[in-house]
Amino acid sequence: MISALLKRDLAKFFPFAGGGAALPVVFFVAVAMLYPFAVGPDANMLARTGGGVVWIAALLAAILPLEKLVAQDIEQGVFDQLKLRGLTEEVMMAVRLVAHWLSFGPPLILAAFPSAALLAIDGPTLQLLLIGLAVGTPGLAAIGLMIAALTASLRAGAALSGLLLVPLALPILIFGAGALARQDAASLGFVAAISLGLVAIAPFAAGAAIRAAREV
Amino acid sequence: MQGSVSPAISAKDVACRRGDRLLFRKLSFTVTAGQALHITGANGTGKTTLMRVIAGLTTPYAGEVLREGDIGLLDERPALDPDLPLGRALAFWEKIDGCGDPAGALHVMGLEPLLEVPVRYLSTGQRKRAGLAALLNRGVPIWLLDEPLSGLDVAAITQVTALIHLHVSGGGIALVASHQPLEIAGLRTLAVEDFVPRQEQLA
Repeated sequence: MISALLKRDLAKFFPFAGGGAALPVVFFVAVAMLYPFAVGPDANMLARTGGGVVWIAALLAAILPLEKLVAQDIEQGVFDQLKLRGLTEEVMMAVRLVAHWLSFGPPLILAAFPSAALLAIDGPTLQLLLIGLAVGTPGLAAIGLMIAALTASLRAGAALSGLLLVPLALPILIFGAGALARQDAASLGFVAAISLGLVAIAPFAAGAAIRAAREV
Repeated sequence: MQGSVSPAISAKDVACRRGDRLLFRKLSFTVTAGQALHITGANGTGKTTLMRVIAGLTTPYAGEVLREGDIGLLDERPALDPDLPLGRALAFWEKIDGCGDPAGALHVMGLEPLLEVPVRYLSTGQRKRAGLAALLNRGVPIWLLDEPLSGLDVAAITQVTALIHLHVSGGGIALVASHQPLEIAGLRTLAVEDFVPRQEQLA
Protein backbone atom coordinates (compact mmCIF):
# COMPACT_ATOMS: atom_id res chain seq x y z
CA MET A 1 0.00 0.00 0.00
CA ILE A 2 2.77 2.41 0.98
CA SER A 3 4.85 1.64 -2.11
CA ALA A 4 1.78 2.21 -4.33
CA LEU A 5 1.24 5.55 -2.61
CA LEU A 6 4.90 6.54 -2.97
CA LYS A 7 4.84 5.66 -6.65
CA ARG A 8 1.73 7.74 -7.21
CA ASP A 9 3.12 10.71 -5.24
CA LEU A 10 6.39 10.53 -7.16
CA ALA A 11 4.60 10.42 -10.50
CA LYS A 12 2.61 13.46 -9.41
CA PHE A 13 5.54 15.59 -8.30
CA PHE A 14 8.62 14.40 -10.14
CA PRO A 15 9.97 16.87 -12.67
CA PHE A 16 9.77 15.98 -16.36
CA ALA A 17 7.07 13.39 -15.59
CA GLY A 18 4.40 15.93 -16.46
CA GLY A 19 2.48 18.66 -14.73
CA GLY A 20 5.22 21.23 -15.38
CA ALA A 21 6.97 20.20 -12.18
CA ALA A 22 10.41 20.91 -13.67
CA LEU A 23 9.89 24.55 -12.72
CA PRO A 24 12.05 24.51 -9.55
CA VAL A 25 15.07 23.20 -11.47
CA VAL A 26 14.60 25.65 -14.33
CA PHE A 27 14.23 28.46 -11.80
CA PHE A 28 17.36 27.35 -9.96
CA VAL A 29 19.53 27.27 -13.10
CA ALA A 30 18.01 30.54 -14.35
CA VAL A 31 19.16 32.35 -11.20
CA ALA A 32 22.71 31.03 -11.67
CA MET A 33 22.58 32.09 -15.31
CA LEU A 34 21.30 35.61 -14.66
CA TYR A 35 23.51 36.44 -11.69
CA PRO A 36 26.74 37.02 -13.71
CA PHE A 37 24.81 39.27 -16.09
CA ALA A 38 23.52 41.34 -13.19
CA VAL A 39 26.77 41.78 -11.22
CA GLY A 40 29.36 41.51 -13.98
CA PRO A 41 31.63 38.70 -15.12
CA ASP A 42 34.44 39.21 -12.57
CA ALA A 43 35.46 35.59 -11.90
CA ASN A 44 36.85 36.28 -8.41
CA MET A 45 33.73 38.00 -7.25
CA LEU A 46 31.52 35.30 -8.79
CA ALA A 47 33.51 32.54 -7.13
CA ARG A 48 33.34 34.33 -3.75
CA THR A 49 29.58 35.01 -3.83
CA GLY A 50 28.34 32.28 -6.20
CA GLY A 51 27.88 29.59 -3.52
CA GLY A 52 25.59 31.87 -1.53
CA VAL A 53 23.57 32.63 -4.63
CA VAL A 54 23.13 28.91 -5.30
CA TRP A 55 21.86 28.46 -1.74
CA ILE A 56 19.37 31.31 -2.12
CA ALA A 57 18.21 29.85 -5.43
CA ALA A 58 17.76 26.42 -3.80
CA LEU A 59 15.73 27.94 -0.97
CA LEU A 60 13.46 29.85 -3.34
CA ALA A 61 13.12 26.85 -5.65
CA ALA A 62 11.85 24.88 -2.65
CA ILE A 63 8.89 27.28 -2.38
CA LEU A 64 7.64 26.67 -5.93
CA PRO A 65 6.11 23.17 -5.55
CA LEU A 66 4.35 23.99 -2.26
CA GLU A 67 1.09 25.21 -3.76
CA LYS A 68 0.17 21.82 -5.16
CA LEU A 69 1.88 19.70 -2.53
CA VAL A 70 -1.04 19.09 -0.17
CA ALA A 71 -3.96 21.37 -1.03
CA GLN A 72 -5.08 19.54 -4.18
CA ASP A 73 -5.30 16.16 -2.45
CA ILE A 74 -7.30 17.65 0.40
CA GLU A 75 -9.71 19.19 -2.11
CA GLN A 76 -10.03 15.94 -4.05
CA GLY A 77 -10.58 13.91 -0.90
CA VAL A 78 -7.55 11.69 -1.51
CA PHE A 79 -6.41 11.84 2.13
CA ASP A 80 -9.96 11.04 3.30
CA GLN A 81 -10.10 7.96 1.10
CA LEU A 82 -6.66 6.81 2.31
CA LYS A 83 -7.78 7.35 5.90
CA LEU A 84 -10.80 5.10 5.30
CA ARG A 85 -8.37 2.44 4.11
CA GLY A 86 -6.65 2.52 7.46
CA LEU A 87 -3.65 4.70 6.69
CA THR A 88 -2.77 7.35 9.29
CA GLU A 89 -2.14 10.95 8.31
CA GLU A 90 1.41 10.64 9.64
CA VAL A 91 2.21 7.83 7.20
CA MET A 92 0.63 9.74 4.31
CA MET A 93 2.74 12.78 5.16
CA ALA A 94 5.93 10.75 5.61
CA VAL A 95 5.42 9.29 2.14
CA ARG A 96 4.64 12.74 0.77
CA LEU A 97 7.84 14.09 2.37
CA VAL A 98 9.96 11.42 0.67
CA ALA A 99 8.27 12.05 -2.68
CA HIS A 100 8.61 15.82 -2.32
CA TRP A 101 12.29 15.61 -1.47
CA LEU A 102 13.03 13.16 -4.28
CA SER A 103 11.26 15.42 -6.74
CA PHE A 104 13.30 18.52 -5.99
CA GLY A 105 16.39 17.62 -3.88
CA PRO A 106 18.35 15.34 -6.25
CA PRO A 107 17.40 17.38 -9.36
CA LEU A 108 18.73 20.53 -7.64
CA ILE A 109 21.94 18.75 -6.67
CA LEU A 110 22.43 17.72 -10.29
CA ALA A 111 21.59 21.25 -11.46
CA ALA A 112 24.26 22.56 -9.08
CA PHE A 113 26.94 21.31 -11.51
CA PRO A 114 26.00 23.61 -14.43
CA SER A 115 25.27 26.38 -11.93
CA ALA A 116 28.74 26.05 -10.42
CA ALA A 117 30.27 26.29 -13.90
CA LEU A 118 28.28 29.43 -14.65
CA LEU A 119 29.36 31.04 -11.38
CA ALA A 120 33.04 30.03 -11.62
CA ILE A 121 32.84 28.05 -8.37
CA ASP A 122 36.01 26.00 -7.80
CA GLY A 123 36.30 22.30 -6.96
CA PRO A 124 36.57 22.30 -3.13
CA THR A 125 33.76 24.85 -2.85
CA LEU A 126 31.58 22.82 -5.19
CA GLN A 127 32.17 19.79 -3.03
CA LEU A 128 31.00 21.65 0.08
CA LEU A 129 28.06 23.02 -1.87
CA LEU A 130 26.96 19.57 -3.05
CA ILE A 131 27.25 18.01 0.41
CA GLY A 132 25.45 21.02 1.86
CA LEU A 133 22.60 20.72 -0.62
CA ALA A 134 22.39 16.96 -0.07
CA VAL A 135 21.96 17.36 3.69
CA GLY A 136 20.08 20.67 3.59
CA THR A 137 17.37 19.97 1.01
CA PRO A 138 15.61 17.31 3.18
CA GLY A 139 15.21 20.02 5.81
CA LEU A 140 13.84 22.45 3.22
CA ALA A 141 11.44 19.74 2.03
CA ALA A 142 10.28 19.12 5.60
CA ILE A 143 9.66 22.84 6.25
CA GLY A 144 7.86 23.08 2.93
CA LEU A 145 5.60 20.11 3.68
CA MET A 146 4.64 21.43 7.12
CA ILE A 147 3.84 24.84 5.69
CA ALA A 148 1.91 23.39 2.74
CA ALA A 149 -0.19 21.27 5.09
CA LEU A 150 -0.81 24.15 7.49
CA THR A 151 -1.83 26.62 4.78
CA ALA A 152 -3.74 24.14 2.58
CA SER A 153 -7.17 25.23 3.75
CA LEU A 154 -6.44 28.95 3.53
CA ARG A 155 -7.41 30.92 0.47
CA ALA A 156 -4.13 32.84 0.23
CA GLY A 157 -2.14 29.79 1.24
CA ALA A 158 0.29 29.87 -1.67
CA ALA A 159 1.45 33.43 -1.04
CA LEU A 160 1.63 32.82 2.68
CA SER A 161 3.72 29.67 2.32
CA GLY A 162 6.48 31.62 0.57
CA LEU A 163 6.59 34.15 3.37
CA LEU A 164 6.57 31.46 6.05
CA LEU A 165 9.32 29.34 4.54
CA VAL A 166 11.91 32.12 4.39
CA PRO A 167 12.39 32.72 8.15
CA LEU A 168 12.15 29.02 8.98
CA ALA A 169 14.78 28.13 6.40
CA LEU A 170 17.26 30.75 7.66
CA PRO A 171 19.27 28.41 9.93
CA ILE A 172 19.85 26.00 7.03
CA LEU A 173 20.89 28.89 4.80
CA ILE A 174 23.22 30.44 7.41
CA PHE A 175 25.10 27.23 8.14
CA GLY A 176 24.95 25.91 4.58
CA ALA A 177 26.25 29.06 2.91
CA GLY A 178 28.53 29.77 5.89
CA ALA A 179 30.35 26.51 5.26
CA LEU A 180 31.30 27.83 1.82
CA ALA A 181 32.59 31.19 3.02
CA ARG A 182 34.84 29.64 5.66
CA GLN A 183 35.58 26.44 3.70
CA ASP A 184 34.50 24.65 6.84
CA ALA A 185 32.77 21.28 6.57
CA ALA A 186 31.87 21.33 10.29
CA SER A 187 28.99 23.77 9.68
CA LEU A 188 27.46 21.19 7.43
CA GLY A 189 27.07 19.04 10.53
CA PHE A 190 24.72 21.71 11.87
CA VAL A 191 22.82 21.72 8.58
CA ALA A 192 22.45 17.95 8.80
CA ALA A 193 21.32 18.15 12.43
CA ILE A 194 18.70 20.81 11.64
CA SER A 195 17.49 18.79 8.66
CA LEU A 196 17.24 15.63 10.72
CA GLY A 197 15.17 17.35 13.39
CA LEU A 198 12.85 18.87 10.81
CA VAL A 199 12.42 15.60 8.92
CA ALA A 200 11.61 13.84 12.19
CA ILE A 201 8.83 16.23 13.20
CA ALA A 202 7.42 17.05 9.75
CA PRO A 203 5.13 13.98 9.29
CA PHE A 204 3.56 14.56 12.71
CA ALA A 205 3.12 18.31 12.29
CA ALA A 206 1.79 17.98 8.74
CA GLY A 207 -0.42 15.02 9.71
CA ALA A 208 -1.95 17.01 12.55
CA ALA A 209 -2.46 19.92 10.16
CA ILE A 210 -4.46 17.91 7.60
CA ARG A 211 -6.48 16.33 10.39
CA ALA A 212 -7.28 19.81 11.68
CA ALA A 213 -8.21 20.95 8.16
CA ARG A 214 -11.07 18.42 8.17
CA GLU A 215 -12.69 19.91 11.25
CA VAL A 216 -13.85 23.12 9.69
CA MET B 1 -12.14 -8.08 2.19
CA GLN B 2 -15.45 -8.92 3.96
CA GLY B 3 -14.76 -9.09 7.69
CA SER B 4 -15.57 -12.18 9.71
CA VAL B 5 -17.89 -10.25 12.02
CA SER B 6 -21.22 -9.20 10.65
CA PRO B 7 -21.11 -5.54 9.63
CA ALA B 8 -23.02 -3.03 11.71
CA ILE B 9 -23.01 0.67 12.28
CA SER B 10 -24.74 2.63 14.99
CA ALA B 11 -24.84 6.19 16.20
CA LYS B 12 -25.72 7.13 19.75
CA ASP B 13 -26.88 10.62 20.69
CA VAL B 14 -24.68 12.23 18.06
CA ALA B 15 -24.56 16.01 17.90
CA CYS B 16 -22.70 18.09 15.34
CA ARG B 17 -22.14 21.77 14.96
CA ARG B 18 -20.90 24.02 12.24
CA GLY B 19 -19.20 27.09 13.63
CA ASP B 20 -21.40 28.23 16.53
CA ARG B 21 -24.56 26.62 15.16
CA LEU B 22 -25.76 23.26 16.43
CA LEU B 23 -26.85 21.34 13.30
CA PHE B 24 -28.54 18.42 15.04
CA ARG B 25 -28.40 16.63 18.37
CA LYS B 26 -29.48 13.36 19.99
CA LEU B 27 -29.34 11.61 16.64
CA SER B 28 -29.30 7.84 17.06
CA PHE B 29 -29.73 4.91 14.72
CA THR B 30 -28.57 1.34 14.27
CA VAL B 31 -28.09 -0.35 10.92
CA THR B 32 -27.14 -4.01 10.69
CA ALA B 33 -26.27 -6.38 7.85
CA GLY B 34 -28.73 -6.34 4.98
CA GLN B 35 -30.24 -2.97 5.86
CA ALA B 36 -30.27 0.36 4.10
CA LEU B 37 -30.87 3.78 5.61
CA HIS B 38 -31.92 6.83 3.62
CA ILE B 39 -30.75 10.02 5.30
CA THR B 40 -32.86 12.92 4.12
CA GLY B 41 -32.74 16.63 4.72
CA ALA B 42 -32.76 19.93 2.91
CA ASN B 43 -29.51 21.51 1.73
CA GLY B 44 -27.39 22.70 4.62
CA THR B 45 -29.04 20.56 7.29
CA GLY B 46 -25.82 18.64 7.83
CA LYS B 47 -26.19 15.43 5.81
CA THR B 48 -22.59 15.61 4.60
CA THR B 49 -21.34 16.51 8.08
CA LEU B 50 -23.21 13.48 9.44
CA MET B 51 -21.74 11.23 6.75
CA ARG B 52 -18.21 12.36 7.61
CA VAL B 53 -18.86 11.76 11.29
CA ILE B 54 -20.22 8.26 10.54
CA ALA B 55 -17.15 7.57 8.40
CA GLY B 56 -14.92 8.59 11.29
CA LEU B 57 -13.27 11.41 9.37
CA THR B 58 -14.40 14.02 11.88
CA THR B 59 -15.32 13.66 15.52
CA PRO B 60 -18.86 14.54 16.60
CA TYR B 61 -19.47 17.39 19.01
CA ALA B 62 -21.18 14.87 21.30
CA GLY B 63 -22.13 11.22 21.20
CA GLU B 64 -20.39 8.34 19.51
CA VAL B 65 -20.48 6.18 16.40
CA LEU B 66 -19.71 2.46 16.53
CA ARG B 67 -18.55 0.69 13.39
CA GLU B 68 -18.11 -3.01 12.65
CA GLY B 69 -16.55 -3.61 9.26
CA ASP B 70 -14.69 -1.62 6.63
CA ILE B 71 -16.25 1.56 5.34
CA GLY B 72 -16.36 2.88 1.80
CA LEU B 73 -17.33 6.51 1.28
CA LEU B 74 -18.53 8.07 -1.94
CA ASP B 75 -18.97 11.83 -1.87
CA GLU B 76 -18.80 14.68 -4.32
CA ARG B 77 -15.00 14.34 -4.54
CA PRO B 78 -13.95 11.25 -6.47
CA ALA B 79 -10.32 11.38 -5.18
CA LEU B 80 -8.95 10.93 -8.69
CA ASP B 81 -5.99 12.94 -9.99
CA PRO B 82 -7.52 15.54 -12.33
CA ASP B 83 -4.50 15.47 -14.67
CA LEU B 84 -4.37 11.71 -15.19
CA PRO B 85 -6.44 9.69 -17.66
CA LEU B 86 -9.29 7.97 -15.87
CA GLY B 87 -7.81 4.49 -16.36
CA ARG B 88 -4.56 5.40 -14.61
CA ALA B 89 -6.29 7.39 -11.88
CA LEU B 90 -8.48 4.40 -11.07
CA ALA B 91 -5.51 2.03 -11.33
CA PHE B 92 -3.94 3.75 -8.31
CA TRP B 93 -6.91 2.85 -6.09
CA GLU B 94 -7.04 -0.67 -7.56
CA LYS B 95 -3.43 -1.12 -6.49
CA ILE B 96 -4.06 0.37 -3.02
CA ASP B 97 -7.06 -1.92 -2.54
CA GLY B 98 -5.31 -4.94 -4.02
CA CYS B 99 -8.15 -5.39 -6.48
CA GLY B 100 -7.35 -8.19 -8.90
CA ASP B 101 -10.22 -7.78 -11.32
CA PRO B 102 -11.21 -4.18 -11.89
CA ALA B 103 -12.75 -4.82 -15.30
CA GLY B 104 -16.11 -5.86 -13.90
CA ALA B 105 -16.76 -2.59 -12.09
CA LEU B 106 -15.60 -0.57 -15.11
CA HIS B 107 -18.06 -2.49 -17.29
CA VAL B 108 -20.94 -2.14 -14.85
CA MET B 109 -20.44 1.62 -14.61
CA GLY B 110 -19.97 1.94 -18.38
CA LEU B 111 -16.53 3.53 -18.03
CA GLU B 112 -14.61 1.61 -20.73
CA PRO B 113 -14.94 4.33 -23.41
CA LEU B 114 -13.65 6.96 -20.93
CA LEU B 115 -10.44 5.30 -19.74
CA GLU B 116 -8.17 7.51 -21.88
CA VAL B 117 -9.95 10.75 -20.96
CA PRO B 118 -8.24 12.95 -18.34
CA VAL B 119 -10.35 13.14 -15.19
CA ARG B 120 -10.68 16.92 -15.39
CA TYR B 121 -12.61 16.62 -18.67
CA LEU B 122 -15.19 14.24 -17.21
CA SER B 123 -18.68 15.45 -16.37
CA THR B 124 -20.08 15.35 -12.84
CA GLY B 125 -22.04 12.20 -13.61
CA GLN B 126 -19.05 10.47 -15.17
CA ARG B 127 -16.92 11.29 -12.13
CA LYS B 128 -19.61 9.94 -9.85
CA ARG B 129 -19.67 6.71 -11.85
CA ALA B 130 -15.86 6.49 -11.58
CA GLY B 131 -16.15 6.95 -7.81
CA LEU B 132 -18.73 4.16 -7.70
CA ALA B 133 -16.42 1.88 -9.69
CA ALA B 134 -13.65 2.51 -7.14
CA LEU B 135 -16.12 1.74 -4.35
CA LEU B 136 -17.23 -1.51 -6.03
CA ASN B 137 -13.59 -2.56 -6.42
CA ARG B 138 -13.00 -2.25 -2.70
CA GLY B 139 -15.60 -4.84 -1.79
CA VAL B 140 -16.29 -3.32 1.62
CA PRO B 141 -19.43 -4.23 3.57
CA ILE B 142 -20.47 -0.71 4.58
CA TRP B 143 -21.31 1.86 1.92
CA LEU B 144 -21.68 5.51 2.82
CA LEU B 145 -23.06 7.28 -0.20
CA ASP B 146 -23.34 11.06 -0.08
CA GLU B 147 -25.69 12.26 -2.84
CA PRO B 148 -24.87 9.26 -5.08
CA LEU B 149 -27.58 10.20 -7.58
CA SER B 150 -26.69 13.84 -8.18
CA GLY B 151 -25.47 14.47 -11.70
CA LEU B 152 -26.53 11.03 -12.94
CA ASP B 153 -28.87 10.48 -15.89
CA VAL B 154 -32.05 8.44 -15.60
CA ALA B 155 -30.44 5.19 -16.77
CA ALA B 156 -27.56 5.56 -14.32
CA ILE B 157 -29.95 6.37 -11.45
CA THR B 158 -31.82 3.12 -12.07
CA GLN B 159 -28.53 1.26 -12.23
CA VAL B 160 -27.09 2.75 -9.03
CA THR B 161 -30.35 2.07 -7.20
CA ALA B 162 -30.14 -1.54 -8.38
CA LEU B 163 -26.51 -1.75 -7.22
CA ILE B 164 -27.42 -0.48 -3.75
CA HIS B 165 -30.25 -3.01 -3.62
CA LEU B 166 -27.90 -5.79 -4.68
CA HIS B 167 -25.29 -4.76 -2.10
CA VAL B 168 -27.83 -4.69 0.72
CA SER B 169 -29.50 -7.97 -0.22
CA GLY B 170 -26.03 -9.53 -0.26
CA GLY B 171 -25.63 -8.75 3.44
CA GLY B 172 -24.06 -5.32 3.05
CA ILE B 173 -25.02 -2.04 4.64
CA ALA B 174 -25.86 1.14 2.76
CA LEU B 175 -26.32 4.59 4.24
CA VAL B 176 -27.49 6.94 1.55
CA ALA B 177 -27.68 10.69 2.09
CA SER B 178 -29.80 12.13 -0.67
CA HIS B 179 -32.57 14.62 -1.17
CA GLN B 180 -33.80 12.56 -4.12
CA PRO B 181 -36.31 9.73 -3.61
CA LEU B 182 -34.80 6.25 -3.50
CA GLU B 183 -36.73 3.19 -4.61
CA ILE B 184 -35.21 0.38 -2.61
CA ALA B 185 -37.24 -2.33 -0.91
CA GLY B 186 -37.17 -2.21 2.89
CA LEU B 187 -35.53 1.20 2.97
CA ARG B 188 -35.70 3.05 6.27
CA THR B 189 -35.63 6.81 6.39
CA LEU B 190 -33.90 9.12 8.81
CA ALA B 191 -34.73 12.80 8.49
CA VAL B 192 -31.98 15.03 9.86
CA GLU B 193 -34.59 17.77 10.37
CA ASP B 194 -36.16 15.71 13.19
CA PHE B 195 -33.01 16.25 15.24
CA VAL B 196 -32.56 19.97 14.72
CA PRO B 197 -32.65 21.73 18.08
CA ARG B 198 -35.63 23.97 18.64
CA GLN B 199 -34.96 27.67 18.87
CA GLU B 200 -35.67 28.07 22.60
CA GLN B 201 -33.19 25.33 23.44
CA LEU B 202 -30.45 27.26 21.72
CA ALA B 203 -31.03 30.40 23.76
